Amino acid sequence: MTDATDTRPVPALTRFGRWLADNPMVPLIVFLFLLIAALEVMRPGIVMPVRTGRDGFISTFWVSNLVKFAIPLAMLAACQVLTMLTAGIDLSVGIVATVAAFVCATMTSTIGPVPACLVAISCGLVVGIVNGLGVAFARVHPLIMTLGTGLIATGCLQVYQRLVISVGVEIPAFLEWLGIGQTWGMPNALFVFVPFAAFILWLMRFTGFGRILFALGSNENAAKLSGVRSWQVFLALYALSGVIAALTGLLYLGMIRQPSLSLANPLLLPSVAAAVIGGTSIFGGRGSFAGAIVGALILRVLNTMLTLLQMPEGARIVLFGLIILAVTALYVRITGSR
Amino acid sequence: MTTTPLLDATGVAKSFGAVRALTDARLTVGSGEIVALMGANGAGKSTFVKILTGALKPDAGRVLIRGQDVRVGSPAEARRSGLVPVYQEPSLIPDLDVADNLRLGDTPVGPFREWVAALGIDDLRLDRMIADLPLATLRILDLARALAQKPDVLLLDEMTAALPTNLVDKVLHVVREQAGAGMGVIYVSHRFTEISHLCNRATVLRDGRTVGDLDIEPGVEERAVELMLGAKIDLGRRDTSAAAAARSGTPRLGVKGLAAAPKLADVSFDLHAGEVLGIVALEGQGQDELFDVLAGFDRPSAGTISVDGTPVSFGHPADAIAAGLTFVPGNRAEALLSERSVRENIALPFSARVANWGPIRRKHEADRVGYAIEKLQIDTRAQGEVQRLSGGNQQKVTIGRWLATGVQTLLLFDPTRGIDVRTKRQIYPLVRELAENGAAVLFYTSELEEVALACDRALVLFNGRIVDVIDAADADEPTLMRAVHGLTSAEGAA
Amino acid sequence: MSAWVRKNAWVLGLLVILVLLMGLTKAIQPSFGAGGIESLARAALPFAFATAGMAIVIIVGGIDLSVASMMAVCAVTAAVLMERMGGVPALLIALGVGIAMGAINGALIVLTRVPDIVVTLAMLFVWEGTALLILETPGGATADWLREGIRGFAFGLPKAFLVTVVLIALVWLPIRRSKLGLSIYATGSDELAAFRSGVATGRTRILAYALCGLFCAMGGLSLAALTGIGEPVPGPYLLASVAAAVLGGVVLGGGKGGLLGPIVAVFILRIIRTILTLMAVDPNVTTIVEGTIMVGVVIFGALVTTRGRRTA
Repeated sequence: MTDATDTRPVPALTRFGRWLADNPMVPLIVFLFLLIAALEVMRPGIVMPVRTGRDGFISTFWVSNLVKFAIPLAMLAACQVLTMLTAGIDLSVGIVATVAAFVCATMTSTIGPVPACLVAISCGLVVGIVNGLGVAFARVHPLIMTLGTGLIATGCLQVYQRLVISVGVEIPAFLEWLGIGQTWGMPNALFVFVPFAAFILWLMRFTGFGRILFALGSNENAAKLSGVRSWQVFLALYALSGVIAALTGLLYLGMIRQPSLSLANPLLLPSVAAAVIGGTSIFGGRGSFAGAIVGALILRVLNTMLTLLQMPEGARIVLFGLIILAVTALYVRITGSR
Repeated sequence: MTTTPLLDATGVAKSFGAVRALTDARLTVGSGEIVALMGANGAGKSTFVKILTGALKPDAGRVLIRGQDVRVGSPAEARRSGLVPVYQEPSLIPDLDVADNLRLGDTPVGPFREWVAALGIDDLRLDRMIADLPLATLRILDLARALAQKPDVLLLDEMTAALPTNLVDKVLHVVREQAGAGMGVIYVSHRFTEISHLCNRATVLRDGRTVGDLDIEPGVEERAVELMLGAKIDLGRRDTSAAAAARSGTPRLGVKGLAAAPKLADVSFDLHAGEVLGIVALEGQGQDELFDVLAGFDRPSAGTISVDGTPVSFGHPADAIAAGLTFVPGNRAEALLSERSVRENIALPFSARVANWGPIRRKHEADRVGYAIEKLQIDTRAQGEVQRLSGGNQQKVTIGRWLATGVQTLLLFDPTRGIDVRTKRQIYPLVRELAENGAAVLFYTSELEEVALACDRALVLFNGRIVDVIDAADADEPTLMRAVHGLTSAEGAA
Repeated sequence: MSAWVRKNAWVLGLLVILVLLMGLTKAIQPSFGAGGIESLARAALPFAFATAGMAIVIIVGGIDLSVASMMAVCAVTAAVLMERMGGVPALLIALGVGIAMGAINGALIVLTRVPDIVVTLAMLFVWEGTALLILETPGGATADWLREGIRGFAFGLPKAFLVTVVLIALVWLPIRRSKLGLSIYATGSDELAAFRSGVATGRTRILAYALCGLFCAMGGLSLAALTGIGEPVPGPYLLASVAAAVLGGVVLGGGKGGLLGPIVAVFILRIIRTILTLMAVDPNVTTIVEGTIMVGVVIFGALVTTRGRRTA
């Protein structure tokens, strides 16, 4: 009879891969600090002004700027982490954030800031529910489904813009406070982000819903066998993702203070990249929001470096694409699985 | 034989990870010989077939065709070397028509048509799509395609399964005729009747090695059964005298006329609380479909299921679980979250319902999971990821999942496949204990000795029907082995 | 004859719908005639090529999300080169670039074993960035003969329509009936059976993606020909090509369908836009309607696929 006890010697690469899988944050944080060090070498004084004779050991301006622009990225990355846990993806987050920002900015003057924000968030909810319905019942691949709803939402936004062309743009004061205000040298956006991050981390680790997300992505059949009805999960998941994207749009509106028809769209690709860099598997079952936050910081630092190097926009996009491919291929190679 | 055999495979070995599927498989086929390749489930037959046909590369051993060492790297190469297989699953492309399938494999059309006619199909049109043709026809086409390539050695894998009797006769006739003309044939089959009519020799595999070469003569069936069973490792013993107890009142699970076309037809049985009901069958006799239907994965095409006398209908495994029917599938990979912890795997059903999507009740979960781990003696040294556990411990986790939630009716599908003896010895008393505490257990096993060890009685499935019911006291292995081969029933093989 | 009708019922149905829609167009706008059809055919040109490429990779059992980006790369390549050298060598180079990009996509899928949808998602960005690197802002030029080649009429038919049909037929018909074509269908239909029948499935897959790249190059060239310049930002061709392929009878998952149905479906989707425009619907609303139709088609296709799998 065959005895399936695992006694084979484990190859070094696999062992290293397992160690990385157990401690994904270590190499990420090391990589982040290496990048920051490289940045400091490229442009002395940008991180540590003291080296060029200015005040301050670490530049609060630089750090606060880094954190501020990493926040919306990390929030959209949360959408990708959650959907990727179930082997999905949400490509509508960029446009949903844009729609939410635009709707809020144009409605505040007529219906007041709070109702405007609520309307904006419900826009995200609606797109999310449509995504969820398509994924849950028709089993359309999430990538195609969210791409499609993103396209429809873009059309809706353009029509809406024609309708409200005469209405003035007003940004709710509290969003501006969150977006550009600072407390003790750090961006006020942290007042939203810290509770948000805590909620996502709690959701993933300590709730039944989080468990089910991991289970669905790691083995949908096993989840089904245990009595999980996947349509319920997909519906709730994509609705949540839509709401998060809308929230991000509102926060981003406060930062940029200039609603446009493509406000948050450029954040889409980096949000996917941040999640993948942070150790979330695009094949489901494995992911970490903490990793995605570090991933977002890494991307922001990388972005600063590329700007300093005067890299054209095209090279940046190519690089992000290659990062996604390389990290995924490496994962497949290391674990030997999908 | 003094001449070089057509095919001579020696010392073939193959491992999948830690599982040694083949250790020392041998097979020789001479010109004009028809050799049966036999073996019980899990003996390594299908791995051997894959290696002979080039779909798998062996770790060790040689395959000589006409005395030449052919390094078979792909099915295309095996074909060029003169060995042509006909697989159990027809390897025809469903979305192409017959003619295109022939072109794809460079099969000459003229000979193909002649073979099709000789095999008993007169009205074949080459522009028919494969997807529109019945399975029996596909198998004939596959065979005709193989014959049209003029093979030196023809490998037939369960050729007559799914064929109506008249076609079976034609196929056997053609095969015999070809062997007469000098072709070598490897005939992989479970069916003693066909083997004794057709073959010259039978090579028997057990536990990954060739254990015997039998000449076909009267009484060879008994000898083959003996070889297939072999001397088994002692798995313990159980007093079966008290077995046929308490089987009255409303059954926990009542199954009437259950069918799942096309594999399962008209199955009825009652399973009572406190009873372990075994199911034995060769591979593919409808047991997979039976369990899928009972576990809520598929809807039956006919028949009723009732739980405690109330008729039930399952659209999703969640419905079956709600009715107390919990399922442990045969393939552990289907049931486990391989990258998640033991705890999460066992606790998975707790979070399944929307009402339980909120915060996890850590205390409750720790208690229940702890109970299951202790009960099953799961080795939790590597509990961070289930995939790092041994096969036996993985199997315990899939069972433990339902111990933690509380067992009413447990559907166990071959729970001891590929696991170590120690774990096996733990599983039988556990199953008994569950039953004594009021659970009802349906227990399919591919290892026949387990019937006496764990079950009260066993149903024998053959061709999708229950052909025999054997009490545990009478369930010695030779009896069961004959029964699963359909030998006790009237020749219902076709 | 009746067997032929049954086999091609879906395509025939699409043709009937197309004719009906044309009649509807004529009814709404009596002046709709040759000129309208000519501009319709021109607008459909890049969509038709993108759809042809997408259909082939879906038939082989994959998907290519990077079609629009590859088209952009080829468009800017052609536009930049045509400023400097003759039109014909530039055109050939652009076609070669398309084939190379497709082959790279296919090779990455086969070699890394990363699923097609992930590889081509990453490559979507890589090719998009490449297009921006070649040409940062819209520019370059297109040879006059290329622009004229798709404008007006020849043999009583719109040139753009002839270009579409002739080029796709020229590439696909010889392949469709060849061993490669059969291998493409076989791989998409049942990879195991194909492997057992002696098909080199990995090579087949790479060649199918290379073909897709070739059609994307044609799509990119037609974009350059339509606008007269090279536009580095990818257009809305991804969802449109998937939707047209599905509507045209190509089943997601592979093995089924051809190229005729998808091409007819492209014209159907285009003429719906024409009708909406003629009905003086806001062009943005048209985008919404179009998007909804495409998503609907894809959902329908996915439903058919899951149903089929359940009964199988």
